[in-house]
Amino acid sequence: MSDPVLEVTNLTKNFTVKSAKGLRVIRRTVQAVSDVSLTIGAGQTVGLVGESGSGKTTVGRCVLRLIEPTSGSVKFQGEELVGMKAEQLRGLRRQMQIVFQDPYASLDPKMTVGASIAEPLDIQKVPGNHSDRVAELLELVGLAPDHARRFPHEFSGGQRQRVGVARALALNPSFIVLDEPVSALDVSIQAGVVNLLQDLQSQLGLSYLFIAHDLSVVRHISDMVAVMYLGKIMEVGPAEDLYLRAAHPYTQALLSAVPEPDPVLERERHRIMLQGDVPSPINPPSGCRFRTRCPIAQERCAQEEPALVDRGQGHPVACHFPQSVPVAVHAR
Amino acid sequence: MSAALSVRDLRVSFKTLLGTVQAVRGINFDVEPGEVLGVVGESGSGKSVSFLGIMGLLGRSAVIEGSAKVGDVELVGASPRTMRKVRGSEMAMIFQDPLSALNPVHRVGAQVAEMLLAHQHDMTKAQARARAIELLDIVGIPQPDQRARQYAHEFSGGMRQRVMIAMAIANNPKVLIADEPTTALDVTVQAQILEVIDRIRKEMGTAVVLITHDLGVVARMADRVQVMYAGRVVERGDVHSIFQQPDHPYTRGLLHSLPGLGRERLTPIPGAPPNMLQPPSGCAFRARCAHATEACAGELPELVSVRRTETACVRATELEVIS
Amino acid sequence: MTDTTASTASDASIGVLTESISPRRMALKRYMNNRAAVVSAVVLLVIVLFVALAPFTTRYGINESIYDAEEAPNQFLTPFGKAWFGTDGNGRDLYSRIIFGARVSLLIGLFTGLISVAIGTVVGAFAGLKGGRLDDLIMRMTDIALALPFLVVLVIARGVLENVSWATSVIGESTSVRFTVILLAVFGWMGVARLVRGQVKQLKEREFVEAARALGATTPRIMFRHLLPNAVGQIMVALTLAVVGAITAEATLSFFGWGPDAGSGMTSLGLLIRDSKKAVPPGYWWLVVFPGVFFVILSLCINFIGDGLRDAVDPKMQQEVK
Repeated sequence: MSDPVLEVTNLTKNFTVKSAKGLRVIRRTVQAVSDVSLTIGAGQTVGLVGESGSGKTTVGRCVLRLIEPTSGSVKFQGEELVGMKAEQLRGLRRQMQIVFQDPYASLDPKMTVGASIAEPLDIQKVPGNHSDRVAELLELVGLAPDHARRFPHEFSGGQRQRVGVARALALNPSFIVLDEPVSALDVSIQAGVVNLLQDLQSQLGLSYLFIAHDLSVVRHISDMVAVMYLGKIMEVGPAEDLYLRAAHPYTQALLSAVPEPDPVLERERHRIMLQGDVPSPINPPSGCRFRTRCPIAQERCAQEEPALVDRGQGHPVACHFPQSVPVAVHAR
Repeated sequence: MSAALSVRDLRVSFKTLLGTVQAVRGINFDVEPGEVLGVVGESGSGKSVSFLGIMGLLGRSAVIEGSAKVGDVELVGASPRTMRKVRGSEMAMIFQDPLSALNPVHRVGAQVAEMLLAHQHDMTKAQARARAIELLDIVGIPQPDQRARQYAHEFSGGMRQRVMIAMAIANNPKVLIADEPTTALDVTVQAQILEVIDRIRKEMGTAVVLITHDLGVVARMADRVQVMYAGRVVERGDVHSIFQQPDHPYTRGLLHSLPGLGRERLTPIPGAPPNMLQPPSGCAFRARCAHATEACAGELPELVSVRRTETACVRATELEVIS
Repeated sequence: MTDTTASTASDASIGVLTESISPRRMALKRYMNNRAAVVSAVVLLVIVLFVALAPFTTRYGINESIYDAEEAPNQFLTPFGKAWFGTDGNGRDLYSRIIFGARVSLLIGLFTGLISVAIGTVVGAFAGLKGGRLDDLIMRMTDIALALPFLVVLVIARGVLENVSWATSVIGESTSVRFTVILLAVFGWMGVARLVRGQVKQLKEREFVEAARALGATTPRIMFRHLLPNAVGQIMVALTLAVVGAITAEATLSFFGWGPDAGSGMTSLGLLIRDSKKAVPPGYWWLVVFPGVFFVILSLCINFIGDGLRDAVDPKMQQEVK
């Protein structure tokens, strides 16, 4: 296999939260991301799923150094990003881009759509006339070129998201972080944008880090999927493996909780119900972070944190007692 | 058996700077006691607006016509007094974002008690407080007597939603309208909340309207399903029929656009919902429908029984052959 | 592959409004919908026209006595007669004097407003964007400045600068308009800074700013191309507040005799109100009422215009109900 496009090793990000208690100031640490490692190859899509507090969004931001990692290494095309000088980093930004979740907030409402798409070209001081490139990009994402002089509020959510994709493609990147790119869109529009992303990937040889909470979309588009909980990766493996042979109790609960559009299945299936809420990342549980809600937690789980290794399932699982009970999910 | 909620020819329009938006263009339906009606639609379908309109929550720029009856009480055009009596006692609504629905400066138990006292005039404050704790227990909040004394920000998203449900069912309403109640919640929490709603309607016999864009949620929870598009109901039927033998091209398109097991290309519905400032004549879906003909541009199609569901499509019987 | 993309092209574009409406036209529409704002704009326009076209719009000179001993017992003529708004103790037409006075007050208001907003916007935006210690420092300074009683500070500053010889040559005599403008601007930019800082802090968190940073945009670019254009609404409000504040401050200063006063050849709204103090006991009500009402109308108009502009440019968008 050729060299990986992105290599993340032991990435950790802690946020400090200050709060006042009387006259004293208390500093608490939010362990948003703890010791996360993953690799993305050329033309590959790695899906990152998790619920709130899982840290998946922070991973996406850290990988592009939009947020500074606390420790760990992020190598992009072999070059270490952590600690890189600002000037050099700015140059590398041509290669790695991001598409945001909210199509209504990710475009400057005062700028025309064409200006937004051309902005990366302006910032990176690409010479020449940009309007041709803008027209080209609009067509590439399935919009009409003469819409360049329109404003974001004139477009629907799905169309704005396509504009966001066009903007991310302007500088011909090789890697794009997609942060919940279709979550805010209508279901029938999601399909169009997902198709677009896949088409662009095969056309342009892009690598994606696809961050989402919608498991069915992630499964559809990803080659590899990593499941995160409270800042740690619980399980990672090829998409099909994970969905059909999930071994971590959290992954199983997650899959079991997703309602499937099949009324017969929904009424028959066995559902794993997790109790309570996700604990706070300020004070994560000792040992395995999932143990407070895990249906099969034992003493060992509180004392020893399970390492993310292959225990015979064919892919790495961070659990002392990985289950092989298949989750009754799909019948479509 | 009389329906808990009966809606006839409901129309809702808004006056905006750019013109009049016709959000709901004549819908009819009933909701029976104890059943869950899933209302499915995307942006601009009017699914939320119709119920906000019935509840009188839409503000002055909205014009509501038609009829909506809870029991025998007519809600369209009702006086503010009537609406205040009905809201919270006969009919209640829960929303997507529980944080904005809860008052941050009052304790949670007090807010539930307030709901009780507003409608049950022979209840004392002590009784209301006790009942509030019971309600918090019913919706599955652990240690309800302690948590009743806490404030909204001390609860997680799922817990807040349970509090909202407690407030909504406090006076045993005939109809509970849930507008995207789990969209903002994590998947594992969503499962819990849906289970609460299901349990309550079985125990209390409440008619539930579940508004959502998530077909999985509908498959799980609904007895009957109503699909809305551009302010009209385009298909309606029991949940199994809708998923197994949908007749309307939009319903079919919706189901086919969901990611399935394979990795082959998805089938989106081309185009986007129409501009409700100038809704197209005839069937609003025709611009995106592969089977559209000239006939579709004529009159607004009405719901007609075709196979196992009612469908608003003039070509439904012809297209029966193409499944 | 190109085929499928081409077909998605026509499909995805369906639904875009046929006529392009720029944000400016939308803003204009919204403004026109606001009755108070439109009326205020018209009234202000009329006032400005009258003031700008003086002496054509005035009926008599600023210092001209129109008293004719045969017509009335004393120089204080009643309104609606020869003099539309009556005359003062020297027989001078109040209507004309109000116009001349308004000119001075408006000039002070305008220039003070512009200078305060210029300084305040830059400082506030900078503080909001940078955050951290710098933001704290700037904000504490403005907090201190705002905590001091405005009038007392003005008076003291005036007194001090008056006596500093080099200051008067640069800023002007303490009774000049220029002096008043500079004095008010120097102490007036803090409020603007605060407003702008708040707005910038909010905008900074919006995703399109993050998107710009992800593209490698430098801080000045983010500030001038993204933050400030989106903060225009608040800046408009800040401007109108500054103008009204300046006009009021000038009136207050003049009332106590510390404002601009270049002798009998000029007057301001504040001076007119001050002069009317003596007219109250004998009952010459018009000298108090007309300048006072005019002052209130002017302030209200500018305020409504400011609100109208803000709502037009940054409307409180209701959540799209799906």
